[in-house]
This record gives sequence, C-alpha cells and structure tokens, in this order.
Amino acid sequence: MVKITYIEFDGKRNVVDVPANSTVMEGARDNNIRGIEADCGGACACSTCHIYVDPDWVDKLPKKDPVEEEMLDFALGCDALRSRLACQIRIKKSLEGLIVELPEKQI
Amino acid sequence: MKHIVVVGAGQAGSSLVFKLRALGHTGKITLIGEEADLPYQRPPLSKSYLLGEMARERLYLRPQASYDQNNITLCLGQRVTAVDPTTQTVQLKQTSLKYDELVFTTGSRPARLPAAMGGDLRRVYYVRTLADIDAMSAEFLTGRKVLIVGGGYIGLEAAAVAARKGLNVTVVEAADRILQRVAAPETSDFFRSLHQSNGVEVLEGTGLAELQGDEQVTQALMTDGQKIDVDFVVVGVGIKPNSEIAREAGLDVNNGICTDAFGKASVQNVWAAGDCASFPYMGTRIRLESVPHAIEHAETVATNILGGNTEYIAKPWFWSDQYDVKLQIAGLNSGFSNVVRRNGAKEGSVSHWYFLADRLLAVDAMNAPSDYMIGKKLIESGKSPCPSQIENPKILLKDLLREIA
Repeated sequence: MVKITYIEFDGKRNVVDVPANSTVMEGARDNNIRGIEADCGGACACSTCHIYVDPDWVDKLPKKDPVEEEMLDFALGCDALRSRLACQIRIKKSLEGLIVELPEKQI
Repeated sequence: MKHIVVVGAGQAGSSLVFKLRALGHTGKITLIGEEADLPYQRPPLSKSYLLGEMARERLYLRPQASYDQNNITLCLGQRVTAVDPTTQTVQLKQTSLKYDELVFTTGSRPARLPAAMGGDLRRVYYVRTLADIDAMSAEFLTGRKVLIVGGGYIGLEAAAVAARKGLNVTVVEAADRILQRVAAPETSDFFRSLHQSNGVEVLEGTGLAELQGDEQVTQALMTDGQKIDVDFVVVGVGIKPNSEIAREAGLDVNNGICTDAFGKASVQNVWAAGDCASFPYMGTRIRLESVPHAIEHAETVATNILGGNTEYIAKPWFWSDQYDVKLQIAGLNSGFSNVVRRNGAKEGSVSHWYFLADRLLAVDAMNAPSDYMIGKKLIESGKSPCPSQIENPKILLKDLLREIA
C-alpha cells in the first residue's frame, strides 16, 4: 500500500492507502473521493480524471505519453505543468506521500 | 421513504445507485445482479484483461466498502424471475421484494450461433462476462488456431489480443467488409490493414456455414466451401437487449425496453437505462451499446426518479483499443453521405469525418485524440466545419473550434 493525499476542490484532505499497480484514478474512485468521473475506467479515452499534481511531485512522476498529452489539452482548466490524467499514473512505492488536487469539475 | 430497486448490476445499475445517494436519496436502495461478482467494467474484458495485463480486482467499479458506506443492498448471484407492476413486486428465486420505484438496467447478451450451426459445441466462446473471458483465456496460447466469427469491434479486439499472444488468427465477416454496420469503408480499410500487418487473416464477404466437430469444435466450414481447422472459436456477432422480464411484466418493448425522454417506461414507477433501453433520439428511437451512455443515461434516470425533470440528450461516444491503436469515436454516423479524411501530424494518426451533406455527424479518430476531442465538441454544439477545412492539414482544428464558436 502507498499513501496518497487527495485534496478535494473545497480543501478537504483525504489521506488513503492505495495498492501498488493500481492507479491514482482508482485510488480516488475506490475511496469515494469527489472530483473525478473516470467514465472510460482508465483507458485514457475520455479525459474525465483530470487532476493537479503537487508542484514538488511533478518531476518525480513518469512522463506523459502523447495520448495523455493531447487529451489533457482539452481538460477544463488545464495547467501545462501540473495537470495529469489520474488513470495514467501507476501507483508504486516511490510515490509514497504523493499529493494531488482535484478540480471542481471535469467537463 | 421510497425503496428503489434496480435490476441489473452492470455499469448502468452501479452508476445509478451511487447517483441516487449523491443526490441525497436516503431511502432503501437494492441492486440485484445475476452474476456473483461486484459490478465491474466490461470494456477491458476483450482488451487488457484478456491480454492478462489487468488484475481481476481492478475491474470492479467500486469496492464492496463503497456499497456498505452508501448503504446500498447488493443482491448478487440472484436472478429476477418476474416483476408484477400492479403489486409493485420483484420476484427472485427464493424471495420477493416490494418496490416504490423500479429500474431495469439489465443490459444485453451476445447473440448466439444456432445449435444447428454448431453454436453449442465445446470451445465455442462468447464475449460478455468475466466468466466468459475466464473460460476462454486458457485457450490463448501461442500457436493455437482461433477463428473469430464477426468483424465488429468485439471480434476485432479479441483478434488483436490473440495475434499479440502469437495465435494463428482468422476473422470471418459475412458482410462485404469488417465494421460494415458501424463504420465507413475508410475505417474498415484502416483496421483491415492493421490486422493483416499483425498476421491476422481477414475473410470478408464470406459467411460461416457451420462449425463442425464431435462435442468440441475442430473445423469451420465457410459459405464459399472453404474449410479451416480450428482449436477454438470466439463469436462476436452482436448483442441483444435483456428485455424479456420487462415484456412479461407488460412493458412496451421494441428493440429494448421503450422509455420516454426521461427514462420512464410505459408502466407507472418503472424506468430503464443503459444497453437494455430504447429511447427517443433526434426524431427516432435508438438503443446504444456503450459505457458512456450507460453512465449518463443511468445518472439522468436517477435524477428523474428523485423528482428531476431532465430529458436525456445522448452524446454518443465510443472507444476501442487494438494493438497500439486507440480508436475514439464521437457521434453517430447513421445516414452519412460522405467521409473526409484528415491525416494527423504523427505517423499512423488519422481521422475520418462523417458528413450528411454539410452537417458533421461523427468522427472516427485513430491515434488522434485531439481530432476526437474537437470533433466531439463540434458535434455536441451542433457546429459543422467545412469538409475542405478538415482535409487541409495546414488548418489547425483548434483554430476551427475558435472560429465557429
């Protein structure tokens, strides 16, 4: 299990344990954290699991692949530096303590 | 407090019950499902799950704890045998439940090959449930010979997994071309080449006459007389709505359970959403087979059950993953008159834009996510770009979006 902090739009902090090999999106979904929809279930097809990564963590995450990059371009309130699709971030030990913020809405 | 009973624990049923809670319903909610598993995602079944790249637990839409925390009673592994709308009762095998509001989210099931065609032979598989995939996955061994019956998206996704795993794959499609029912020839051509370049044999305009073998299938006879040796067969020839219980309960059924624009069925206090429902769309009635539809339709119905008055406006979209190609489809192309091709900046990136005269209907985007996103926005806002602008690679689609906004 890896500890991830999800900060909802209204500031509510949720610190939850997320299993390795799942994704940041699945951690939010399975813990009833508000702010993502994830309609496609993690196929990088819908762009409704947009999150903002804490600035200190941006460089520690695997790079965006071209599909994620293009999909993010259309996310509401996209931030070129901090925005990611949560379904594309795999949970692993090195992400212990990761902090992400959720937007008010996805589309 | 109303007791809301939801029959069918797939994507639509699961989305619906959580939406009811999110909207503040405090009465009892019961979700009944025929399969024993927690509600799960079906799209990965024919893709990453079959490929062995996704663990079973990750398919579940929500963990058991989410149902407990939201006070949703799950009745899994239970089959509804009848519904009586006059007494507002749902009959299960052992017991019965009273409802105040009832929702059918019963989904659909694969069309089967008739027994006379060998459809009941062992090692003939269908793609719908986790159990279906678990039953066939042991067959996906390097060197085995598989025949895929049906060149629609389900068949092609299964073919892609089989080819990736080193099987000898033949796809047989009775129509003139693969994807004929759902896509333009340009898109069929794209996927035919993709599969052929991965070693898949694609037979088009050739029907399956019969599967042959003692007890288990060993050979397939085609309508053109050719015979193919097979180790196993995967059938993907479309799905049918699960509407029998609804019909027996007296609901109007015609290619699915008929609902109005709000999701109400023809009988008081009964609703339907997702794959199993036929609903009004642009002056006609349609049924949609897709996850995004199941979610949106179910959530709209949840709103309306709780006194909302929201018409469901479908915004169809679909996706498929085959090899390294991500296909995203926006809109419905039915009735298109012409197709415009747009080549992407990257190798292998292309999109096909369907028009009915000047009106943009749909976009198939192959490894072209931004074409898909822009097409979707245009279609949903009722805007149509000029086909010549789409064709012209010098024109940026993003500018187009601004231009006609």
